[in-house]
Amino acid sequence: MNKINRKLWKYHGGLHLEEHKSISTGQQSALLPLPKRLTIPMQQHIGEAAHPIVDVGDKVLKGEMIAEASGKVSAPIHAPTSGTIVEIAALPVPHPSELNVLTIVLESDGQDQWCERYPIENYRHASSEQLRERIHDAGIVGLGGAGFPSYIKLNPGQHFAIETLILNGAECEPYITCDDQLMRERPEAILNGARIMRHALHAKRCIIAIEDNKPDAFSALNNALSQSGQNDIELVMVPTLYPTGGERQLIKVLTGKEPPSQGRTLDIGIICHNVATAAAVADAIIDGTPLISRIVTITGEAISTPQNIIAPVGAPIEELLDFAGRESGVNTQLIMGGPMMGVSLSNTNLPIVKTSNCFLLQPAEPTKPESPCIRCGECARVCPAELLPQQLYWHSRAKEFEKVQEYNLFDCIECGCCSWVCPSNIPLVHYYRFAKTEVWAQEREKEGANIARRRHEFRLERQEKVEREKAERMRKKKAMLKDKEGAKDDTAKKAAIQAAMDRAKAKREANQVDSTISASDSQPKSEL
Amino acid sequence: MFTATVTLSLLAILFGLILGYAAVRFKIDSDPVVDQIDAILPQTQCGQCSYPGCHPYAEAISNGEADINRCPPGGEATIQALADLLGVDPKPLDPEAGEVKPEKLVAIIDEQTCIGCTLCIQACPVDAILGAAKQMHTIIESECTGCELCLPPCPVDCILMVPVKQSANHWKWPFPQPSAGLNEGGNL
Amino acid sequence: MSEQDPRLLLQPAPLLQQGMTTPQAMKDVWIALAPATLFGIWHFGISSLLVIITTIIGAMITEWAFTPPEKRGHVMGDWSGALTGLLLALTLPPGLPLWMAFLGGAVSTGLGKVMWGGLGNNIFNPALVGRAFLLATFPIVMTTWHGSVDSFFTIHPSNLAMPLMQSATDAVSQATPLGLLKFQQSATATGSLLLGTTTGSLGETSALLLLLGGIFLILRRDIDWRIPVAIFITAALFSAIINSFDAVKYPSPLFTLFSGGMMLGALFMAPDPVTSPLTPRGAIIFGVGIGLLVVLIRVWGGLPEGVMYAILLMNAATPLIDRATQPRVFGRGRPRE
Repeated sequence: MNKINRKLWKYHGGLHLEEHKSISTGQQSALLPLPKRLTIPMQQHIGEAAHPIVDVGDKVLKGEMIAEASGKVSAPIHAPTSGTIVEIAALPVPHPSELNVLTIVLESDGQDQWCERYPIENYRHASSEQLRERIHDAGIVGLGGAGFPSYIKLNPGQHFAIETLILNGAECEPYITCDDQLMRERPEAILNGARIMRHALHAKRCIIAIEDNKPDAFSALNNALSQSGQNDIELVMVPTLYPTGGERQLIKVLTGKEPPSQGRTLDIGIICHNVATAAAVADAIIDGTPLISRIVTITGEAISTPQNIIAPVGAPIEELLDFAGRESGVNTQLIMGGPMMGVSLSNTNLPIVKTSNCFLLQPAEPTKPESPCIRCGECARVCPAELLPQQLYWHSRAKEFEKVQEYNLFDCIECGCCSWVCPSNIPLVHYYRFAKTEVWAQEREKEGANIARRRHEFRLERQEKVEREKAERMRKKKAMLKDKEGAKDDTAKKAAIQAAMDRAKAKREANQVDSTISASDSQPKSEL
Repeated sequence: MFTATVTLSLLAILFGLILGYAAVRFKIDSDPVVDQIDAILPQTQCGQCSYPGCHPYAEAISNGEADINRCPPGGEATIQALADLLGVDPKPLDPEAGEVKPEKLVAIIDEQTCIGCTLCIQACPVDAILGAAKQMHTIIESECTGCELCLPPCPVDCILMVPVKQSANHWKWPFPQPSAGLNEGGNL
Repeated sequence: MSEQDPRLLLQPAPLLQQGMTTPQAMKDVWIALAPATLFGIWHFGISSLLVIITTIIGAMITEWAFTPPEKRGHVMGDWSGALTGLLLALTLPPGLPLWMAFLGGAVSTGLGKVMWGGLGNNIFNPALVGRAFLLATFPIVMTTWHGSVDSFFTIHPSNLAMPLMQSATDAVSQATPLGLLKFQQSATATGSLLLGTTTGSLGETSALLLLLGGIFLILRRDIDWRIPVAIFITAALFSAIINSFDAVKYPSPLFTLFSGGMMLGALFMAPDPVTSPLTPRGAIIFGVGIGLLVVLIRVWGGLPEGVMYAILLMNAATPLIDRATQPRVFGRGRPRE
């Protein structure tokens, strides 16, 4: 019943990749032994960094808010366990830059003692605003990898009617299995989260999309759905093809619609959330639990037992790797995310954050040498955004940032298909990432320059105004002085001119009749 | 022979038409040249070019009074952009105007030392310094262009130039190293 | 920024890669050209082998000499310069003086490739640049054709001519099938065109073996099938139309396809990815353009053969075609159903 034979669409390009998924799905997700020390960065989401509301030495309970959202696009952060705040400082984060970001360090007291939680008894009686506020306060961000604060994506505004809520369980990138595992282990939470989100959005229908290489996840969700006795959610198997898990690609596959380039999915009445986000929403509403832990895939050829681990936010990557067993003695590379879109990290002592879905530890193999681009066009054939990656590369490399935007750089989703097929081993995506951040920096600079120009012009104007006013005051003062002495002369002159004009007029009209009158008119004025 | 001439002439005309069409189709409209120059300049308003601000310098360039290589904050990129715009050869920065700073700096006031003389406020071309007479002054960091015009007037030398803080949000991917291969422990 | 773990290595994403590489694609082209080349050597004798070797040496020495020393290992390693030399040699008459062959090879990589910034940066097909240079400089020798040789080891005296000397016109030039049709209105049988037992450039005569090589490249996805297919269909249709007006004067479709440099050009030169459009639509426009120009030049131009100029002209139009046929970007305009 649920597996309706629905029409599916295709997008351009894409790749069939070796999955390497089964190596990490052999066992139940394990719970990471509570780390002694949690380093919790204030920036775990897109937008403004959260603002700490605790001080060093404060004791906090598990689930207590330790940093509040600052601004609209931001998310609060909660204590993953009970303990003491021992440090608030700038520490490196798991980001390609490995820059230092303000971080709260929490020393666990081992009690793991919860704070008071306030579940919403029945979400169906709650308003959209209430639900959104709860989701915001629970610090929920998109868990698929982007980390955009979820409450914003549950707030379509007055002008958009939401036709479809899509839960993305495609998980198309090789090696990553955290969503797969979650769907198998907690299907009820995902369904409940889907219902809550749908209620908040007033969406007409809700689809959960799963790639057909995850039959276990599909049947788990299907069983849970029939057990719940409701038939309000559509489960759809989509063909396995990389990158179907890309939001835009998934929407195309399911609905045949394409979200407008540079636009939002909202514009075509669709909202897309990750399945893990849905489970987090269910936890926040039904149990009152904020987002303080997540399921992380630890996998790769240099891990002895690849598996999924439930770990608190802030746990060091090192502890997760050691838990799953690191093959010793080999040179390895650590990748955060999947093998197609992930980034290399140089340090295992970084914390996991809300968006950490997978860490891949691979034996380091020397990369094949790069050869010149021969314009073979394979990249354009596989590009799911229908771009010309070769032209993008060409102009990115030449740092021609206007040209590269003409070729629609910002429609690139960095899926890595082009790099994968490139026979010349050119790190194409790296060039696009370089070009994108460079363009953003230029835009910021331009914006800064415009502000500076406006402020400078305003200053010049103000100075001029001050000068003018000064001059005006001087003139007035002079005039006032003059008035006292020479007011007579002034008015007399005016009167004389007036008189002369009147005379001339009178002459023309009546030659002489009125001349005496105008003369008498002017007479009293001149005496003033 | 005759047919060959005719054929090739026709071909030449055909290609000419295609190119002509392309020229019309992909034509670009443009702003007045002073505004275009001004848009390239970094708007620090520092006056190192010897003109009282970026716009006067732009006017001077468009009138042919000033050279394109007198803007140290813009550096090579600005000179290149100006050269492209005006169709002239780029040339190295005029050392008379100043040197390129390796990184973007902003001014900060050492608030302990500041005596509140307001001299820097009067010097700031973009009104980025707040304060009143006999009150401590402070710099709005986001508005500071790093022009250093506030340094000379300060009687107690309490203004320092510091590099702009790097944030993860504003971090830039480095340019890919050609045929990087295996890059042991280094930066990408 | 952070403390680095010495056991961790950094690499750009993605970390997975498919197997096909550019050097592999080059190897495929060598394999695909081998049968036609061997046939040419057998058919035209050892002279042609000498021309091939000399041209390749000329091409490689020039590429080596004009490449910065630090890049030499890398640039020479892909053997693309040698491939350019071979492709050029296949378009040359077997009796060409060797010094000219050397010069042609030098021009093809020097002016055709290195000058533009090396492999991938050139606008024109390098081998054809070399041939255009030779044809413009030495029009007579470049159109002096020798037939097949009696003995494999016969070396044409003209091969050994010295620079700046009156070239020894040892043999009377035999007309190629294209020349026969153009100047004597006599068509060559399709069978001999297919087998390659005709006169012509040393590697272009065997249409069948070239076609097999081309099919190999298409199956290996080294070239875009659209380009040769568009060329063949356009040229065949065009000549069918004009042939229906005057079957004696104008070539038949089969003759158009299998004579001259058509196979070599359409399968090995035009689809050179560096100098052909990237987009599928662009590839078709490019192929159609070449097909039309070939027949136009052959029938109404001054020379019997037009493949070279057709390809070079369309090479010039490639950036424009690419720009005009940019694909619709995902999420822009109406989705195709």
